Formats: sequence, C-alpha cells, structure tokens
Amino acid sequence: MLYFERWKIVLIVMLCLAGIVYSAPNFVPKSSLEDVPGWLPHKQINLGLDLRGGSYMLLGLDTGSLEKTRLQDLVGEVRDALRDERIPYTGLGIQGGSVVVNVTRAEDVEKAVDAVEGLATTIAANQFSALPESDLAVTADGQRINVTVTEAAKLQRVQAAVEQSIEIVRRRIDELGTTEPVIQRQGADRILVQVPGLEDPQQLKALLGKTAKMNFRLVSNAMSGQQALATRTVPAGTELLYTADEPKVPVLVERRIMVGGDRLVDATPGFDQRTGEPVVNFRFDSIGGRQFGEVTRDNVGRPFAIVLDNEVISAPRINEPIMGGQGQISGSFTVQDATNLAILLRSGALPVDITILEERTVGPGLGADSIRAGEIAAIIGAAAVILFMIASYGFFGILANVALFLNVMMIFAVLSVLQATLTLPGIAGIVLTIGMAVDANVLIFERVREELDNGRSPINALDAGYRRAFTTIVDSNLTTLFAAVFLFALGSGPVKGFAVTLGIGIMTSMFTAVMVTRLFVAIWARRARPATLPI
Amino acid sequence: MLKPIRFVPRNARLPIIRSRLLAFAMSALLVIGSLVAVATIGLNFGIDFKGGILMEVRTAAPANIAQMRSDLGGLGLGEVSLQEFGDEHEVLIRVQRQDGDEAQQIKATDAVRKMLGDGVEYRRTEFVGPTVGQELIEAGALAVGLALLSILLYVWFRFEWQFGVGAIVALAHDIISTLGLFAIIQHEFNLATVAAVLTIAGYSINDTVVIYDRVRENLRKYKKMALAELFELSVNETLSRTTLTSGTTLLALFSIYLFGGAVLADFALAMIWGIVIGTYSSVFIAVPLLLYTGLRRGDEDADNAQVPEYERAEREG
Repeated sequence: MLYFERWKIVLIVMLCLAGIVYSAPNFVPKSSLEDVPGWLPHKQINLGLDLRGGSYMLLGLDTGSLEKTRLQDLVGEVRDALRDERIPYTGLGIQGGSVVVNVTRAEDVEKAVDAVEGLATTIAANQFSALPESDLAVTADGQRINVTVTEAAKLQRVQAAVEQSIEIVRRRIDELGTTEPVIQRQGADRILVQVPGLEDPQQLKALLGKTAKMNFRLVSNAMSGQQALATRTVPAGTELLYTADEPKVPVLVERRIMVGGDRLVDATPGFDQRTGEPVVNFRFDSIGGRQFGEVTRDNVGRPFAIVLDNEVISAPRINEPIMGGQGQISGSFTVQDATNLAILLRSGALPVDITILEERTVGPGLGADSIRAGEIAAIIGAAAVILFMIASYGFFGILANVALFLNVMMIFAVLSVLQATLTLPGIAGIVLTIGMAVDANVLIFERVREELDNGRSPINALDAGYRRAFTTIVDSNLTTLFAAVFLFALGSGPVKGFAVTLGIGIMTSMFTAVMVTRLFVAIWARRARPATLPI
Repeated sequence: MLKPIRFVPRNARLPIIRSRLLAFAMSALLVIGSLVAVATIGLNFGIDFKGGILMEVRTAAPANIAQMRSDLGGLGLGEVSLQEFGDEHEVLIRVQRQDGDEAQQIKATDAVRKMLGDGVEYRRTEFVGPTVGQELIEAGALAVGLALLSILLYVWFRFEWQFGVGAIVALAHDIISTLGLFAIIQHEFNLATVAAVLTIAGYSINDTVVIYDRVRENLRKYKKMALAELFELSVNETLSRTTLTSGTTLLALFSIYLFGGAVLADFALAMIWGIVIGTYSSVFIAVPLLLYTGLRRGDEDADNAQVPEYERAEREG
C-alpha cells in the first residue's frame, strides 16, 4: 500500500492542485475577480437565498378552473350549434364533468351529434398522445347527447396555461428590476420563483398573487348596489360586485364586458393633473380604442366601472365621449398601488388564478450575518479539530490536517464547478464534514498503532494499517452517503443544500484521507526510513 | 517531535459486554420515556409541517416583547408566539396557520407587518401553506424511511442478517430518543431537524459498521473464543477510534452550536445529542445484541463467500 506508481502520484497531485485552483476564486472579492487572467477559473460558489438575501416563492396554479370555464364555454357553443340547425332540445347543462343535452325529437339525434362534433377541433400530437386527436368526445345515449373534453385536450390546456403563466410572472418580476430571478415550472401546476436581493418582498407578493383580469363595464341603472343588497335581488344580466377599498361598497354592474383588459397596450403610473393624486394612465389598441369611444359616446352621464379581479376599482361618471383610446384610472391609490397596478396591466392577465403556497424570504442583513456566523463556526471548528488531531497523533496528525485542508478546498472547488448552491445548512454540512473527515485517518492511525503493538515493523505497520482500514472506511462512508442521497432527493431548499455539501464532503474526504495522506506517508517513509513511528 | 496522547489506553478492557443488562435497562427506559413524551407532550412542530407564518424581526432598541405580544395578540390571528432569538434585539414571531386558504395566510402576514410598522428590520419571513406543509411531512417521512431501509439492506448485504437487525435496533433507539429529546425540551421540530435525524442515522450506523467490521474480523481470527469475550475484545480494540471520531465531530458541532448563529443552533443541538447517543448505542446496544440474534460462526468457506472480491484477493495476497 505504500508503493505508488508514478502516474498515480501525478494524478493525486493534479487533483489536489485542481482543488486549490478551482476553489481560489471564492477567496477573491467579486470586484477584483475581473483582474484575474482569463485562463484561470472564475466561477464562485452560488450562494443560496438564505445567505445572500432574497425571496423564494412556490406558486400554485388553479388549473381546476380551466376545465370549469371550458365546460361553461362549451354549453354556449352547443346551444348555438343546435339553434343553427334548428334542433329543439331540453335540459342543456353541465353534469359531472361533461355537457349533456336532450334532443326532443328522436330523428334529430344523428343531425345533432354531427352538429356538436363540428365544434371539435383537432389538437396536434404532443407529449401526451402520439397521434393527432379530437378535443371533444361526443356520445349519444337514446335522445341524450353527452359531450366531454378529452384528456389530451385538458392536458394541453393546462400545459398552455402554465407556460403562459410563467411568461406573465416573468414579465411582472422583470419589472422589479432585480438581477438573476429564477422562474421555473415545478411539477404539473406549480411555478417556483427565486428572486435574490429583493428589498421589499411585499411588492413581489402583491404582484404575484393577482390574476389581473381587468375589464370595463357599465354600472347598472336598474337599481343601486345598496338596493340590490337590501332586496337581495339581482336583475338579469347584472351582478353585484364590491369596491376594492375599505369600506367595501356594493356596486351593481352589467355582466356585459364593454372593453376587455386584453385591449390595453400600455399602462403607466402618473399623477392626476388637477388633484395631484396617483393614477394609472392607459392606452388601448385600435379596436379597444374604438369600443371605448363608442361606449363613452352612447352612455354620457352613466358611471363606468373599471373592474379588476371582480372588484370595482373605480366607477367614474362619463362626462364626455373619450375618443383618443387613452384614459386614466383613479381610485384612491397610493403611489405604490398605482405602480403595481400599472405593472399588472402591462404584463397582462394570468390565464388562471395563482396562490402563493410557500414563501421564504431572508433580508440581506440576516444573510450577511449568517455567512459571518458560518465562517466563524467553520474556523473555530476546524481549529479545534486540527489541535485535537495533533495532540492525538503528533506528526501524523499534521499530515491528516493537511489532508483536511485539501478536503475543504476540494469541497469549495466542486461546489464552484458544479455551480451548486451553498445554503446556511450547507455551511453546517461543511463544518460537520470537517469533524467527520478525519475519521478515515483516525481509523488508519489506530490500526497502525495496533499493528505496532502487535510487534510489526514501522513500514509493515503502516502498510497493514492502510490496507486493513480501507474496507471499513468504504463501508462506513457509504452508509452516511445513503442518508445524504435521500436528503437530497426528498429534501427541499435549504435541506438540499445540506445534503449537497455533506455528500460532496464524504466523497472528497475519502480521497484526501486515504490517497493523499497515504502518499505523504509513503514519501516520508521512503526518505526517513523510520526505526520507530511517532504515532 | 510531538508526543502523541493516547486518550484510550492501549490495552483497555472495559467491561462493556458484561454490563449489557444495565445498558439494555437504561436504553429501554430511554426509549419508553421518549415514546411516552412524544405521545403525551408531543413534538413542537414548526411551520414547515404545521403551516403558518414565521417572522424574524430586529428592533433598533432592545425589543419590548411584552408590548409586541399584546399588540399582535390583539390582531385576532389566533395563537401568536414571540421569542427572543439570538440577542435582545431580535424577536421570532410565529403565527398559527389561519383558517381558510393561502390567501388568508398572506393577509395575516400583512396584518403583522402593518402592526409592527417600518421601524423594525424584517430579517426573515417564512410562510408555509396547508398544501405544502402536508407534502413536506410526507417527503420527510419518506426520506427517513427509505434511508433506514437502504442502510438495513446495505448492512445485510455486507454482513449477515443478524448484524442488520442489531444495527437497525440501535438506529431506532437513536432516532426515537432524539424525538423524545425534542418533545421534552419543546424546541421546534422542522425540516432542519429531520435533516439532523437522517444525518444521525448515517453517523450512528457508520459507528456501528466500524465495530461490526472488527467483530467480523475477530470471528475469523479467533475461532475458539466465546462470543461474549470476542465482542468485548472487538469493542475495546475499536474504542479509541470510536471516541476520537465522536470527539472531533462533537468539536465541530459545538462550534456550530455556539458560533453558527441562532438559525443553526437547534440543528446542532439535535446532532450533538444524536452523536452522543449514537456512539453509546453502537458500543453498548448494537454489539451486545448480537449475542441474542443467533449469530452462527460458519465454516471458512461460507465465511469467505461473504467477503467481497477485492478483500478476498487482499487476504490471499
């Protein structure tokens, strides 16, 4: 075990040098990293949000609502199709995930099925089905026709909604002007958002939690919101909504959408020229501008409600026709509210509602403190272990300590090269590794001592010590590695960070403790030809 | 040249296996006590599992916790607990999970922020909704279960099944008593604690495997020695290594506990306990248990079949 082939020596030395070179950028301040020549490694360890400060949010998309709205739309489509064909029917409605209708005359059934099937469109082959498929399945049972949305069509809608949501979330976050936000899909209907270095997570939450479905509708002139509330009656074609600000005031608005929010092309925060209060200025595209002009021309004197996510932001009276396709929303906003609303309107409405399922935000102050505390713990822990090893094994303890130093360098190097994320528990993992990494050397040195006690010569004892301890080292490290692997696979966020450093540490420590110290010992033994071992 | 210290004397012969009944009694008491504590007092689950809101705030002047408690208590958010965290400027605020969906939890965060105002620094805000909390419980339990299973399979594969049984009993002992400790001291049981428990499992089995390796080696070496005597010898031969490695690991952990900041302190505490109890169980439980699992000393050939290729070559060469 003490004999090394030349190529092995070269390999070990190269690996150690690589460890030092690739970990080096972490000890240079970021600012002076640019002065380092280009052929040297530049990658620093990626700090987790808990160390650099920032927000982690897990967003859930309410994809269940997609199916519901699809079925509601389908009811309307079926009604139109049957009317066009002049087929009498009864009982059109949604029943347990499908649209059902009873055709009055038995001879119409075939014609009705054809008409409804005409509504179907073909969806392209996708990852869920190899062949192009219809998006509707129509079956007839006697005079009863049953229309369902196919699984492939449902999946495709969810897929599209999630992709669109990610795009809109990205647009909203980009408006905050933060660097390197991570926005990615997680699972079937979730989005993971990581925004480093954010000053105010409240604004992020205000932007992410809103669907931002906006539209303009006339306020009903049949009765006031208060009357509707008092009499508990809502006239046909209207609905009762409330204002967004406290106290909530009921407003009876018409269901018909006069201009939709998707017609907006721009929205900017500003101030009202007369009152000086914060407002949002908006501009429609040409169609929206024409619709807006017509509505305001035909309804001068009536209040016009601006509805956002089923809340009335404001309902100003139309004083004169507004023809230019531009307008202003005022509604007792703060400057922040106006800014947020402008961002939401610019980036568009989400196709489905989003809820924040999990949030973890760390301020920059705590992050910096955590790094400092982690550094102190690592230095003190390492110092204690180093002294302990020297006290226990003298000269051999020093060898083990050099291996320990190389081990820590290699952990940093691997983390930098893989661009793995270092979290606060990750630092704990490194410190723990420092304590555990010397285990392999303890096993070896104890074995050497025993072999000496059994009367072997120094060289023989060293050889046997390394040889016999090796299987034990492999066994014991593998079991800890199992724990690390499961932590990584099933843990989330910071815990994953712990598993990463623990796992990397176990592997690098096996290399440094077994190969590197063995090389040191081999070189030393050949030079010194010791008669006794200082162990 | 430096004179090395031997922390455990060369020919230590501590009566470990001989005192096994005492150790079994102590451990039985510990495990039963832990189970009772977990069943009656219960674990103080953190928001990771229960859902809810956690905020760490820093005040300019030393925090007036009593005042904050009555302010926040008046918000009608249910149970709000406050705790000094690290030093007197820092307060950890926990708000119980609100009835209703995630939107209600966000509202509660806003209410707390409105009450505390802009005069404090929000160092950390964590919120876990009911959906995610449930998933985290399942993932955590699955991680612990699979890790234990893989360890059992590995020990079974590398040794004979009797060793696997001894290792798993010792492991269960460590995990249960760690849970018991957390039930008694009522420190928060969260994701980091689960990570600690898994690491304890890995570490404890590591210790056990090292001693088992020696038992196996001695089984081949001393064919005539009585098992109890052979175990005693094996444990004592490895005692120096066992204590030294636990010692260095504990040094590192105490460093995290004392200097690593308040966020890591509970994690380090769980680990410190786990290392102490794991080392104890490897020596006093895992090995003596082998006396009762019907360990057979197979003949040389059967024995050799248990040895992996690389080791067999070594023994012959």
